Amino acid sequence: MSAIADAAPGQGGRWTGPLDPKPPASPNPAEVAERLENIWGDAPGLRGWFGTVDHKTIGVRYMITSFVFLILGGLEALVMRIQLAQPNATTLSPEQYNQLFSLHGVTMIFLYAMPVLSGFSNYLWPLMLGSRDMAFPRLNALSYWLFLAAGIFLYASFPLGAAPDGGWFGYVPNTAREYSPGPNIDVYCLGLIFLGISTTVGAANFVVTLLRMRAPGMSVNRLPIIIWGTLTASVANLFAVPAVSLACLMLWLDRNHGTHFYDIAGGGQPLLWQHLFWLFGHPWVYAIVLPAMGMVSDALPVHCRRPLVGYTLVATATVATMVVGFGVWLHHMFATGLPVLALSFFSAASFVIAIPSAVSVFSWIATIYTGRVRLTVPFLFFTSVILLFVIGGVSGVMTASLAFDWQLTDTYFIVAHLHYVLIGINLFAVVGAIYHWLPKMSGRMMDERLGRWVFGFMFIGFNLAFLPMHWLGLIGMPRRVWTYGADMGFSATNLVVSIGAFVFATGILLFLVNIATALRSGRPAGPDPWGGPTLEWAIPSPPPVYNFAIIPLVATRHPLWEDQLDEGSERSQLASGFLLDNGKETLGVTPLDGEPDVILKMPGDSLLPFAFSVAALVLFGGLLVGSAWIAVIGGAAAIIALVVWFRPHPTPEACEKVRIYD
Amino acid sequence: MTEARTLDQTLPVHGRGQVGTAWWGMLCLFATEGILFGYLIFSYAYLGSQGYSDWPPSGPPALRLAIPATILLVGSSFVLEWARRNANRGNAGRGRIGLGITIAMGAGFMALSLKEWADKPFALADSSYSSIYFLLTGTHLAHVALGLAALIVLFAWSIAGRVGGGHEQHRALATLYWHFVDVVWLFVFLTIYVSPRMV
Repeated sequence: MSAIADAAPGQGGRWTGPLDPKPPASPNPAEVAERLENIWGDAPGLRGWFGTVDHKTIGVRYMITSFVFLILGGLEALVMRIQLAQPNATTLSPEQYNQLFSLHGVTMIFLYAMPVLSGFSNYLWPLMLGSRDMAFPRLNALSYWLFLAAGIFLYASFPLGAAPDGGWFGYVPNTAREYSPGPNIDVYCLGLIFLGISTTVGAANFVVTLLRMRAPGMSVNRLPIIIWGTLTASVANLFAVPAVSLACLMLWLDRNHGTHFYDIAGGGQPLLWQHLFWLFGHPWVYAIVLPAMGMVSDALPVHCRRPLVGYTLVATATVATMVVGFGVWLHHMFATGLPVLALSFFSAASFVIAIPSAVSVFSWIATIYTGRVRLTVPFLFFTSVILLFVIGGVSGVMTASLAFDWQLTDTYFIVAHLHYVLIGINLFAVVGAIYHWLPKMSGRMMDERLGRWVFGFMFIGFNLAFLPMHWLGLIGMPRRVWTYGADMGFSATNLVVSIGAFVFATGILLFLVNIATALRSGRPAGPDPWGGPTLEWAIPSPPPVYNFAIIPLVATRHPLWEDQLDEGSERSQLASGFLLDNGKETLGVTPLDGEPDVILKMPGDSLLPFAFSVAALVLFGGLLVGSAWIAVIGGAAAIIALVVWFRPHPTPEACEKVRIYD
Repeated sequence: MTEARTLDQTLPVHGRGQVGTAWWGMLCLFATEGILFGYLIFSYAYLGSQGYSDWPPSGPPALRLAIPATILLVGSSFVLEWARRNANRGNAGRGRIGLGITIAMGAGFMALSLKEWADKPFALADSSYSSIYFLLTGTHLAHVALGLAALIVLFAWSIAGRVGGGHEQHRALATLYWHFVDVVWLFVFLTIYVSPRMV
């Protein structure tokens, strides 16, 4: 901010004019609002529905779709728990069980955990950054349509009995043609490559959005932590996703075209799969928790009515977690017979991860301890994240130890650990975040009393289901088995686990009821029901289609708390600033300091993303059924869509005069 | 009463020169594609170092076609850069000539690569070496084909007058992508042709 005000005017056509620090003027007059509404609104009818590029619509679609997959994955888990509730049960055949646990893992990790966070970030980023949209709105729509198409591609196999059945990790040689002759693993390979395209374009969009699409004055040390989390996860995705795409391509080639990447008889190496898979898989674990940890870091302080303790440390720890996370993939391979020196190094590196994780945990605890806590439902969920994260983290440190891991690998101890981490940090954070941000998205509050019941069922059910699993693992119950004998000592504990799973599912069901009733008849929320400090709370709920009538000018980390916090004399300006209304446009800033730099003309609705996704679905369908012609038609259609996409305007736009509003 | 007023200062639309939003997006694409080749080269090295037989099984591949192909591809980057700079300065004719020569050189690279594929005594499904050889060079060739397609589209737009002097960013993206494909080729070349000669 001060940098803007202090800059000398007129350097090379760059906007450097001073802005008088006036108190916020009255908000957008109806005339401006109406014009912006016309500019930013969707086209009517189906064209608008399939062609919308509004980040809020896309974010909501992402969240709804990923919740549908969460429910599907949860139903799969419940069927498995019915099978495992008693010894020697015959509800499922071993083949059905293999498909269920594989599809459960693939669904939860690829179709729920990451997409739900993408949905949140798509919705929240421009609102928190003080922008009108993401950097590439069409790419944003594309990433959603591709995600949906890949999800349909993976799930279409299920009714045909051809769902992936080699675990979410797809280890060779178990998944080689020789041992898995059906189309199941081909669905898995192609589905993951397909989904990888969606993740990659989404990740690039987040990175560029962060670099360019912020309100003036929002320097990197003023970003909300969720931005840090999603940014870190997105950078990690850019580097990690190609590993699994390549691994899957090689497996598909091995299975369908006789190559020898993993086949030892032809000079291949089965362990190459594990290296590539975990080079991706380990960073991915952090990709699906860091944005969720960011939600806690941003929302928990609101309910503690104080800023997050140790902002800089938490932001740094977020990035550090991911950097270390790229160097520890081998700890998924301790039991594969690798040299002990390598194992020792990776064991030590895995212990190191505990340090940045602990930074976040201690920061949250300190925030609660020094805050004035309101015992709201979001607060309950966020504090439970801390507890479950600590339990999951401690069992993680245990399994980072070689000797311990050799005993416990492939037992239910590992299942317990990964569910504590993934449900604990992802799902509990997401549910808390929905209680926190749904009022912003819908304009209506969720019911607190019902919310407490939801929390009770989910928290008790979760611990009832997964805490005893540690014990099951310690006494030797292997994972991925479809049943067990009555004399093995697993029976009573398994029954408890299954009961816990159903209690947990009841909590999820109540949660959906809670959302439905809130959307229908919830109390009106107003712009800022929790008294939040960040920019999204400065605009009406639900936000207008253009987000901000006037692009705000940010001066501190907590624009809405400046009066209470007394962080110095600078004040953000929320009602006077850049008024960009010559068509669909928003402001671009310099990457580090957030100084106004360019005017960005944003694209309107377009059917191209949808068309490209359909073409990609045809391409992958053709590859799956082995029809070169179908694949070529799909590929050609995709390329045509891209060419039309990049077609330039005959005359490029020139420099524009800036209008400000004061 | 609040009202909007227009300042005398101006801001450029989309970006200054070649650095626009799409330019940053292209850097993200390079990050993810670059690391893809990193993983491919890792796979090559892993299969080579962990295998039991000689690597490559039939000795280092001949340089007879690879060297002219490399010269063509790397040279085309310089021609394209010359063309881009001329087009940006308003010399559309030189821009088109340079673009045309680049396309011809890229097509020459593809032809030499396909000829080398056809001459190989082994096929994709023969061994782990043949598999990774064709996958690594094939992935690169697919990128060349995509880059070539982009240049051809740019060429056609330029003839049709759809891209003109002010479209710096469109030219920048196509050029950057082509440079990227060339740089990647140097790593592929080092891996496939040079590294077997160093042991």
